[in-house]
Amino acid sequence: MAARARPAGPPGEPRRIGYLYVLPAFLVYAAFALYPLLKAVYLSLFDWDGLTVGTWVGLSNYQAVLTDERLRGAFAHALVLMVFFAVIPLVVGLVLASVLHRASVRGLGFFRTVVFLPQVVAMVVIAVAWRRIYAPDGTINSVLTAVGLESWTRGWLGEYAFALPAVGLIGTWFESGLVTVLLLAGMARIPRDLFEAARLDGAGAVREFFAVTLPSVRGEIAVALTLTVIAALKTFDLIYMTTSGGPGYTTTVPSYEVYRQAFELGQVGLACTIGVCLTVVIFAISFVITRVGDRVEG
Amino acid sequence: MRVSRSERTTNYVILTAFAVFAVYPILSIVVAGLQPDAAAPGGLGNLAQAWEIGRFGSYLRTSVLVSAFVVSVSTVLSILAGFAFGTMRFRGADALFYLMLIGIMMPAEAIVVPLFFDLRAVGLTDTFWAIALPQVAQSVAFGTFWLRAAFRSSSRSVVEAARLDGASTGRILWQVLVPLARPAIVTLVVLTFMWTWNEFLIPLVMVPTNEALRTAPLGLGFFSGQYTQGYALLAAGATIVALPVVVVYLFLQRHFIAGMLEGAVKD
Repeated sequence: MAARARPAGPPGEPRRIGYLYVLPAFLVYAAFALYPLLKAVYLSLFDWDGLTVGTWVGLSNYQAVLTDERLRGAFAHALVLMVFFAVIPLVVGLVLASVLHRASVRGLGFFRTVVFLPQVVAMVVIAVAWRRIYAPDGTINSVLTAVGLESWTRGWLGEYAFALPAVGLIGTWFESGLVTVLLLAGMARIPRDLFEAARLDGAGAVREFFAVTLPSVRGEIAVALTLTVIAALKTFDLIYMTTSGGPGYTTTVPSYEVYRQAFELGQVGLACTIGVCLTVVIFAISFVITRVGDRVEG
Repeated sequence: MRVSRSERTTNYVILTAFAVFAVYPILSIVVAGLQPDAAAPGGLGNLAQAWEIGRFGSYLRTSVLVSAFVVSVSTVLSILAGFAFGTMRFRGADALFYLMLIGIMMPAEAIVVPLFFDLRAVGLTDTFWAIALPQVAQSVAFGTFWLRAAFRSSSRSVVEAARLDGASTGRILWQVLVPLARPAIVTLVVLTFMWTWNEFLIPLVMVPTNEALRTAPLGLGFFSGQYTQGYALLAAGATIVALPVVVVYLFLQRHFIAGMLEGAVKD
């Protein structure tokens, strides 16, 4: 290694050579992540089409995010998606994990491998699979027809009332396994005598859940919510591949609007504004969740 | 814990139902990818056909090159930075570290727009570097954070013993600490590989016209928009795109699960 220093003291001792080790990583990070983020903040104050000279507009792009119906809609849809990506999987995960935790079932390892699988498959592939399931001649409609509910069939991703929940359900499918695996790991760490004490006190499954299980996995719940809420806010490929924000703009989300405003409409300043707002929201939410998680735990 | 027989049966039913729900969309695409239709011969021939018609051969090549570059460069840089942050004290170390932590949560959506216009100004869009370097930056943020924790927890006495033997800083890192941190490094490698392989937005934006540089997910995205003669080849293409990560996952699933779950918890 280039960094051949004279023998020095134990770790933790002040050492200038640290800068040299950090430098390469920091340079790439600064040039390709940090600087662009600052540049986004700067560009968000301009009206710029990406080609000609931009005009300074102050905060009016931010005003547009708050007032434009479509952009406000994008953030509102992100909120709805949070329910599907975070809240429902959390409920599903809590129920599943506590049921499975109570009884030692065989094949839990295999189960974990299978339900975690969606996490490693590219979102584009997932979108291709679910488009087929939701298609007018797809799986759901065939099942509905087969059981005599033909009147219920529809193009799930193409109808105003159903498109957003349909996309959301993909998120529920995607995140439920992750949350379940995470909670199972948390429950496995709860000392057995807590459960035994609860049972000696005559607690049933439900009491046991609220008195022992739930308080013990608060940390895991905070982690699960952080991961899934951020995933909901960063859903770009799923929207791009399933609905492109339609029909109308019923399924558009902030990350999709960033792409659309910048590269389809030439509103680069506004696109950066949306990106900055999205970043602020993500930081704020994860800060709140960790804070609440910490306080409850401590 | 002892539970009744009926509760156990219920558990197996729930377990199976949920596993089927989780795996059905993925299996359905594999099965559909093997069906014959007008443009597809059926069976494994579909994969070959998609390879040709859908140009998945070329897309996979790009993905392999990008992933190999991002994984190797970001892992080495993360080892160096994680070592410094984890075992040394220097002025501003905390501030620098927190600055890099921002990168873990920073959404690609926020940086991709300014990055595109800056790289276009210097003629770097539609190049390999435009896809790879932003992803190195993002991976390095997580990698530094991840390996700092790993090096911190590695035994101090080992490091001190090596020091007393007169080992240089570089030797201590590569011959003592890196072997000790191997599990954490493997986890980092598989996670970076997965994130890079599956990345969609950055290649989509950074390679607007150069078809030869489309990555596998991006190629699938375009293929699904243009190819309308049936579902079999599209599904076969999707299978090709998903397969490499799934195979690695099946062998190293502990690393995937531990990394994705602990990555959010550490520290």
